[in-house]
Amino acid sequence: MTSAAGRPPNRNQHRLFWAALAAPGIIWLAVLFIVPFYAILAIAGGQLDIFGNPVAVWNPLHWSGTNFTAAWHDLVGASAFVGPILLRTLVYVALASLISLLIAYPAAYFVARFAGRRKALFLILLIAPFWISYMMRMLAWIDLLQTDGYVNKVLSSLHLISQPVDWLGGMSITVVLGLVYGYIPYLILVLYAGLDRIDPALIEAGRDLGLGRVRTFVRVTLPLSRQPILTGMLITVLPMLGDYFTNQLLSGTTGTTMFGNVIDDQLTSSGGVLEGQGAVFALLFLLVLTAPMIYYVVATNRSSRVAT
Amino acid sequence: MTAAATKSPPQPPGLARETVLGRLRPRRNPWRHPWFLEGFTWIYLIWSLVPVALAVLFSFNNGKSQSVWQGFSWRWYYADPVNSVLHNPDLHAAVVQTIRLSVYVTLITVPLGVAFALGINRWRGPVAATFNFTMILSFVIPELIFGVATFFVFTRLFTTVGLGSLAEILALVTWNVSWPALIVQARLATLGRQYEEAAADLGATPWQVTYRVMMRLLTPAIFASAVLVFSGVVDDFVLVDLLSSNSGNTPMSVYIYSQQRGGNGGPALNALGTIMLAMTFVVAIIGYIAYRWLTRGERGSQIDALTTIAGNEG
Repeated sequence: MTSAAGRPPNRNQHRLFWAALAAPGIIWLAVLFIVPFYAILAIAGGQLDIFGNPVAVWNPLHWSGTNFTAAWHDLVGASAFVGPILLRTLVYVALASLISLLIAYPAAYFVARFAGRRKALFLILLIAPFWISYMMRMLAWIDLLQTDGYVNKVLSSLHLISQPVDWLGGMSITVVLGLVYGYIPYLILVLYAGLDRIDPALIEAGRDLGLGRVRTFVRVTLPLSRQPILTGMLITVLPMLGDYFTNQLLSGTTGTTMFGNVIDDQLTSSGGVLEGQGAVFALLFLLVLTAPMIYYVVATNRSSRVAT
Repeated sequence: MTAAATKSPPQPPGLARETVLGRLRPRRNPWRHPWFLEGFTWIYLIWSLVPVALAVLFSFNNGKSQSVWQGFSWRWYYADPVNSVLHNPDLHAAVVQTIRLSVYVTLITVPLGVAFALGINRWRGPVAATFNFTMILSFVIPELIFGVATFFVFTRLFTTVGLGSLAEILALVTWNVSWPALIVQARLATLGRQYEEAAADLGATPWQVTYRVMMRLLTPAIFASAVLVFSGVVDDFVLVDLLSSNSGNTPMSVYIYSQQRGGNGGPALNALGTIMLAMTFVVAIIGYIAYRWLTRGERGSQIDALTTIAGNEG
């Protein structure tokens, strides 16, 4: 093609150009994304100095199991305290993500399919929480859930409660609903985008062929929305598992501690002594989540390749 | 879709029953408006937005209460000589730090991510594929794990950085670089390659193709990702919580958290939250208008602009 111009394109030179364009980003990710994960390994595999403070060991050949043993004793045995917390985290996250899905799916489905000319309005309202800071949204509920707050006022005016409930005094339900409130906007957006892509002709075909509303939904719409449900759940469950601030804000008692708090405390409240165990737990957390994360990356890659 | 189509044939018994029942029941319009779903959606929207609206309202309350309205005032913003955002040094510093972080991080992240996306998308090969994978991984990894990783790297390896503003900026750029990278790649996929091939046929060098053609076509995507990065930084909590070291480098989100946990921090925090909200809303609205204006000649609608600005293209 360019032979007419008498200058054949130099493919290697072009490749060099694109590589040079990508280089800053690649170096940045290597130094500030990959190396930090090596730092976790170096701390986790490191030793303790004479004051009991963890020291990073950068040579893998000199790694020791000191911190791993300590973390193991946190998990099982006489001084274990992480087990119940881990269980509680799983229960909270399972409940919160299930409730989120049950709320988010119908709302996203309605906006994607039936909003009609008011779609833009609904979408703006649906997206709005996405632009409101997480802390502000938690703050809003802390105001409402005070003992003299609006939730208690409304409930007692309806005679549902006889005296004010201490919602912020360590109730699991408050924390679970807090998680739902915090992460549902992300889920709803993913679901909306997925449901909006379903060809309405398929649903109409189901109806034309004699299926009722419910059966059309179960046989046509639901199978078609499996992918957005999966990605949406991943995008809410992964951060929920690492959440340590929602329970601190909405309860703050040890009765609602989650796994994220264990890591956070070991890093920030132990004066450095437990950092090694924090590294081990972060590593463990990462290991458990590797499979779902890789699934997400592959799914993202596949869908972007389909788009091309 | 084919799965659903092939699944319906082995269904005659069920279908027959349906039609018989359908004849017995009074006929209803099968395409009637789903009022129940609409009601449900409105309840959800009220639940998700009214609490925040109340919190904003009470940031203007002329009193300490967050449930009894005592009249409008600017007390918690600037009128109160001690506890207002303007006069309390810690509150003031938190606002300044959030603005500083969001501006710096956006200015670094967007060019870095756009160049990365263009280069990775055209270069192809194992290195490009590996780092594309890494980039998507950085998008989905729980923030706490990445926070722990950066905490260790800045306290043990890059000790000259240490904790504080520089660490916060470096970590936030890494955390947010996937926004421009994903959105630009999605836009490249929809654009196709005909424009740059035409430019190359006319004798443009790769640099000219990138600068004169691609950058112009990518402007809407770049704008959308800048909005997302900016508001992502304003909203960010975990990274800055782990990497801040004193009140001079504590942004608003961390300040609210540290004051609010285990007690009531007072209406000045509502004022702080309202400022955060105003920042992201203003940026989102500017971004939306700019995106609409930049894509004015294209097919596509309001709806596309809305979802893109909210990050739903990657």
